[in-house]
Amino acid sequence: MADKEKKVSRREFLRLAGAVGLSGLTFPLASCSKQAREEFFQKHFLEMTEEEKKRTIKRLEDNYRAKFGKQFEISTKGAVPNTLWGYGLDLSRCIGCRRCVYACVEENNLSRRDPQVQWIRVLRLRKGSMINLEKADHYYNPPEVPEPDFIYMPVQCQQCENPPCVKVCPVHATWKEPDGLVVVDYNWCIGCRYCMAACPYRGRVFNWAEPKVGSDEWNTNVHYLGNRPRSKNVVDKCTYCIQRVRSGRYPACVEACPTGTRKFGNLLDPKSEIRYLIDKKRVFRLKEDLNTEPKFYYFFAE
Amino acid sequence: MSGPRSYYAWCLLLLFFIILGLKYYIQQLDEGLIATHMRDEVSWGLYISNFTYLVGVAAAAVLLVIPAYIYHFKPIKEIVVIGELWAASSIIMALLFVFVDLGRPDRFWHLIPVVGWLAFPQSLLAWDVLVLNGYLLLNIIVPVYILVKLYYGREPNPRFVIPLVLISIPWAVGIHTVTAFLYNGLAARPFWNASILAPRFLASAFCSGPAMVILMFQVIRKISSFKIEDSALFKIAELIAYAMFLNLFLLAAEAFKEYYSGTIHLASLRYLLQGLDGHNTLVPWIWTAISFNLAAFFIFLLPRTRRWLPTLNLGCLLTIVGVWIEKGPGFVVPGFIPGPLGEMYEYMPNHVELFVSLGIWALGLLIFTLFMKVAIPIEEGNFVHTRYQKDKRFSP
Repeated sequence: MADKEKKVSRREFLRLAGAVGLSGLTFPLASCSKQAREEFFQKHFLEMTEEEKKRTIKRLEDNYRAKFGKQFEISTKGAVPNTLWGYGLDLSRCIGCRRCVYACVEENNLSRRDPQVQWIRVLRLRKGSMINLEKADHYYNPPEVPEPDFIYMPVQCQQCENPPCVKVCPVHATWKEPDGLVVVDYNWCIGCRYCMAACPYRGRVFNWAEPKVGSDEWNTNVHYLGNRPRSKNVVDKCTYCIQRVRSGRYPACVEACPTGTRKFGNLLDPKSEIRYLIDKKRVFRLKEDLNTEPKFYYFFAE
Repeated sequence: MSGPRSYYAWCLLLLFFIILGLKYYIQQLDEGLIATHMRDEVSWGLYISNFTYLVGVAAAAVLLVIPAYIYHFKPIKEIVVIGELWAASSIIMALLFVFVDLGRPDRFWHLIPVVGWLAFPQSLLAWDVLVLNGYLLLNIIVPVYILVKLYYGREPNPRFVIPLVLISIPWAVGIHTVTAFLYNGLAARPFWNASILAPRFLASAFCSGPAMVILMFQVIRKISSFKIEDSALFKIAELIAYAMFLNLFLLAAEAFKEYYSGTIHLASLRYLLQGLDGHNTLVPWIWTAISFNLAAFFIFLLPRTRRWLPTLNLGCLLTIVGVWIEKGPGFVVPGFIPGPLGEMYEYMPNHVELFVSLGIWALGLLIFTLFMKVAIPIEEGNFVHTRYQKDKRFSP
């Protein structure tokens, strides 16, 4: 044990020494504010002690208050034991109204304009063709939905059990939590976008510019690994609303859906709705041939 | 420092482009990557294209040591030094292209093992960080060691140099293989997910790298007393012909598989070669590349055109441009089109990406020029430590 502690401290020393040396080369940090310095040296979320997490949260909250004039509540709540979140989507019910898309944007503090960032993509597919997404229309805009010749397929991060995006990240900035959610430490991401190239579901989006959210549009109830305000040039993704589901609520898209298309629950609970659907309906997952093991199940109830 | 007027003009020109590139890079840092034309659908563009191309150039510059040794090109020591310094300059450019592509360059220390948290071995990008930096180190140590020895009037110790040169040869193959695997390993992008990729990368590298070296040797022998014989240049050109044949053959093999099986995975290649549903930005580019490569192949294949300097140089230019299009934008961009959910976004770099890229190329060329400014006089024996000077006519 003592040996292990020694190792950690040496590692930390090296890290600090290296970072100081580097900063001397790259950044005139001495002239920076204390806050900027702390942000620069901020550790990876998984490597922070509870004490360091608290200090980081405090700093971020102060930072957000100064920047946006709002008091944010940043949670770092961990996974609830014995949970593995799974999603069900009834393709026979979806009418393609995109209410889920906008509920998600509002809940998760996504950039509203220039450019608008969305985590959910609703595809319009001509009846008779499903697997070949090459003919999918992402930008359909009819006066009224649903349209007689089409079905709609919403796609978002599938929270893969075997996520290719996590495998390729060169700095461990993204990982799978114990409850199966794939998350990003927005303060550790270097913005290389390798994960975006690796995702077969277009599950990841990038903050190409500073996210633009109006001062009255902020949702101040946030999670460190989820919907807290992001900066420009980092990657972003759906977390099944980690800030909600870890506190016993449904994801915003599930609540917003007017047709009951969207189902959600704990895959480890045999009595959950999602387990019932997997058992009783004929479900499938997108691109199963890639062995990504998504926890997002599509089915046709009718 | 001294030199003819053309030398200063060249350096000033490069400096101009470096400063211009820096200006646009600062703009990009300020606005975010929105300042470029990359978007969620095509999330890598001109920067990563240049990176891929330059890794190949760096690999080939060292691999040229093999034929130089087998065919007894004279002067072999000079060829090794120039080749390795060009490799080092290319790697610096390649690394800079990754750096400017990073959204958060201030966090690049996260990539440093122990200090940050490098995801080795599962991420191929982590592999690339390690092998490229190792290769850079290797290609600086060897020439610097040789040059310092010569400067002090001693012969380099072959027991130190030869093992390092021998390591740098498989390492050169390694950097390009790892860079190919970076794309190759992504099942989400069928266009890249082809096993033929690493061999294709190596074949095309063996075209563009040596083509640059042929041009460079002609400049160097004009401005120095090096006697690089024409026959060595012609031999390199002949090797390019074989490499180009292999490159075109592998491309054709890939095209056959995709077109004949005709699955949905054909889409990207069709987008590249023919256009898809009216989207055809890359079509003229790729056909330019293929015609350039074919023309260069015949120029280098036929003894008459290969052995006449004007056609030889034309062949080199065609190869450099043709391969750049083919394995740069012609390879990186169609991997994203159509997107994994069938989305079509046509990418064309904007002026910010263009000027930042030009700036990096200018910086690489300036670094190489300065390397040569020191290396050539030393190799000629004109620039040595005062204690060993036989002839005082030259003083730095």
